[in-house]
Amino acid sequence: MTRKILGLSAMLLSSTLIVSQASAETIRWARASDALTLDPHSQNQGVTHNFAHHVYETLMDRDVEGTLTPRLATAWAIKDGAPDTWVFTLREGVTFHDGAAFTAEDVVFSLDRARSDKSNMRQLHVDVAEVTAVDDYTVEVRMTAPSPLYPNNLTNTFIMDKDWSEANNVVEVQDYAAGEDNFAVRNTNGTGPYILQSREVDVRSVLTVNENHWAETPPEVTEIIYLPISDAATRVAALLSGEVDIVQDVPVQDIERLSATDGIKIETGPENRVIYFGYKFGDEPLASSNITDSNPFNNPLVREAMELAVDRDAIQAVVMRGQSIPTGIPNPPFVDGWTEELNTYPAVDLERAQALLAEAGYPDGFSVTLDTPNNRYVNDEAISQAVVGMLGRIGINVTLASRPVAQHSPLVTSNETDFYLLGWGVPTFDSAYVFNDLVHTKEGSYGAYNGGLYSNPDLDVMIQSLGTETDLEARAATVAEIWDVVKADRVLLPIHNQVLAYAMNDRITLPVHPENQPLMTGVTFAD
Amino acid sequence: MLAFIIRRLAQSVVVMLFVALIAFIVFRYVGDPIASMVGVDTRLEDQEIMRERLGLNDSVFVQFFRFIGNAAQGEFGISYRLQQPVTELILSRLPATIELAVVSATIALVFGVIFGVYTALRPKAWSSAGIMALSLVGVSLPTFLIGIGLIYIFAVELGWLPSFGRGEVVDLGWWRTGFLTESGLKSLILPAITLSLFQLTLIMRLVRAEMLEVLRTEYIRFAKARGLTQRAINFGHALKNTMVPVITITGLQLGSVIAFAIVTETVFQWPGVGSLFIVSVQVVDVPVMAAYLMFIALVFVLINLVVDILYYVVDPRLRVDGGAGK
Repeated sequence: MTRKILGLSAMLLSSTLIVSQASAETIRWARASDALTLDPHSQNQGVTHNFAHHVYETLMDRDVEGTLTPRLATAWAIKDGAPDTWVFTLREGVTFHDGAAFTAEDVVFSLDRARSDKSNMRQLHVDVAEVTAVDDYTVEVRMTAPSPLYPNNLTNTFIMDKDWSEANNVVEVQDYAAGEDNFAVRNTNGTGPYILQSREVDVRSVLTVNENHWAETPPEVTEIIYLPISDAATRVAALLSGEVDIVQDVPVQDIERLSATDGIKIETGPENRVIYFGYKFGDEPLASSNITDSNPFNNPLVREAMELAVDRDAIQAVVMRGQSIPTGIPNPPFVDGWTEELNTYPAVDLERAQALLAEAGYPDGFSVTLDTPNNRYVNDEAISQAVVGMLGRIGINVTLASRPVAQHSPLVTSNETDFYLLGWGVPTFDSAYVFNDLVHTKEGSYGAYNGGLYSNPDLDVMIQSLGTETDLEARAATVAEIWDVVKADRVLLPIHNQVLAYAMNDRITLPVHPENQPLMTGVTFAD
Repeated sequence: MLAFIIRRLAQSVVVMLFVALIAFIVFRYVGDPIASMVGVDTRLEDQEIMRERLGLNDSVFVQFFRFIGNAAQGEFGISYRLQQPVTELILSRLPATIELAVVSATIALVFGVIFGVYTALRPKAWSSAGIMALSLVGVSLPTFLIGIGLIYIFAVELGWLPSFGRGEVVDLGWWRTGFLTESGLKSLILPAITLSLFQLTLIMRLVRAEMLEVLRTEYIRFAKARGLTQRAINFGHALKNTMVPVITITGLQLGSVIAFAIVTETVFQWPGVGSLFIVSVQVVDVPVMAAYLMFIALVFVLINLVVDILYYVVDPRLRVDGGAGK
């Protein structure tokens, strides 16, 4: 009790200090893993980008609602008379941490670096033909064909200083096969709101506020101590013992207990990521099934039966403890093309499901192996286990094969799985991103994660047309048309959209970011 | 003696080559490193280019010999995960692991011997029964449970000790030590106890059993008959003769403490080589895994060598038999 009173008075004391000084606030921010590298174009990975967003900046950003907001670019538009060219107007008066001025040549350099061979960001810029500086604060990006949604691809492409990069010999992105690491892997020079003071990989990084940042209102947080803690129980314990202020990756099972704890609060919000099951299509019998003369999944009646047997609400209530949003299409609500109507899903009807299976020619059901990752998504293995039980109720005998994501994802990309769980985030916030990789026939640069080899030539034509359609209304109509087919054909079996939860000291507030990339500039303190 | 050491070192090279070969065969089954190196939306053809550039399409043996060739020149490549040179990564993590291992081995040895002798000398006392019962807990509870338990008691509930990390470290240039700061020492307590508990009970039970055995022998009785003090008999004669197995076990256990501190390091987010290894396995960071396994093989080989040399010192009989001849 005495301790509590002491703690309370300490808190009151510190809050009075805030009022009087209104500065010098340190945030200790813990999450499960560290940024992989400081080179902003070397990895296309959420944790790495999240860290980089504090030091480097992008042309545009996404706010917590998911809408595009200006950052280093103040305006962007398609060039008059040239539908394949985007014009970006840059912010004036911005400087890098070393004092150099930010100009158009830095943007040209960074976009070229991001689409170079060794960059992991290049897939977002494959359609770029040429980047040119018109004047100091105007940049034109000419695409190989009209690309009305290209700005969506820029929210994680960071701008580096050209002169600094040349001086430190980091014009090229790190090559893994090389014997040495690149200067940019461990050193930074961005325009961002924080300056990196020190970094010990996997241990701690310290960032302090950039006094010369262009933003009108300086952030309340003046120092960030970033602490990767890989074990979930330790991470939660560190928050409970007051050694960290924010835990970004909170285990689902701890949410309830933490929110009931004094001095700690939970912020939840939907993530831009859908969890779904994929089927193997085609006439060839399934490798893991007892049915050796046909592929049950290729029969629409079977897919309908399975959808009727899977109880999404039960998964939400039991497996996810309420922390998910059940869905009827593999498309998160943030993404253009999502509608309430598409999102509806049928109620569980086991009798009807069994009747459908019998009608399809499998009255006794069949057996199949379900491949699931066990360390990638929230409760991924538990979701699969629940689905195994649910399908068992209509006679589909599912064997579960659970693997770490490093082993699971090659199964999907090399089409070696009959039935699999996968999650899909949509960083461009546009349906085409879902169609290109999950729905389009696997060929060339399309259908990389269409592990079930679904193929519909009519849809392929429509999907390809999205890439170059400049009439946004006609494009939206095509998107809606594709979704109708995808839903009616039950190409995928969507389960839910993931929900994110951040746990924090109740003195502070940090809203959940749909891409799980919260900026500490958004932290506010309660008085 | 010198010939013996040289021969053992030559053997160790063979052992390490063998470890590397097995490791490379096993790496085939840990997963695809490319899957964790690229974003989900990286095009398959780009992944293929990357795979080719890293030489992952070559056969196991080609990859193995390339690794050995580079390793012989002290070149272990670049971590796939962190893009930093592997040798540097491991060396920067090593002090944390060694400090933790040495402290926990010391705790285990000191308290193991004390409790072992005590329970052997008073086999029927209540306190001995109590120690023996508690030692069962140490043997049977998994390390991560002990670690989490200690964190909840001492960090969350009592708030006396930190729950994770290594505290402030002092950089001596070639070694970052946590021994010189208060927070460093505080941070060491919980992980060291967690890691030592298993070894402690093992040593204690071993000392106790050996002591009980020795105390029954003829020469102890003669020593009693000669009127030597209890103290001289227990510690000068009995304890000394129980030490050969204890040294063997402690030595080998020190190797395992370094190698298998993985769980303790993960639970306490201790920035040592063990936690580096476990993260590397999760993302199939082959260069780090290979270098780490080689390093652990080296540690075991060296420790065995030291243990063999210690035998000579402690037990004169071995000196006569094996010293000059072999």
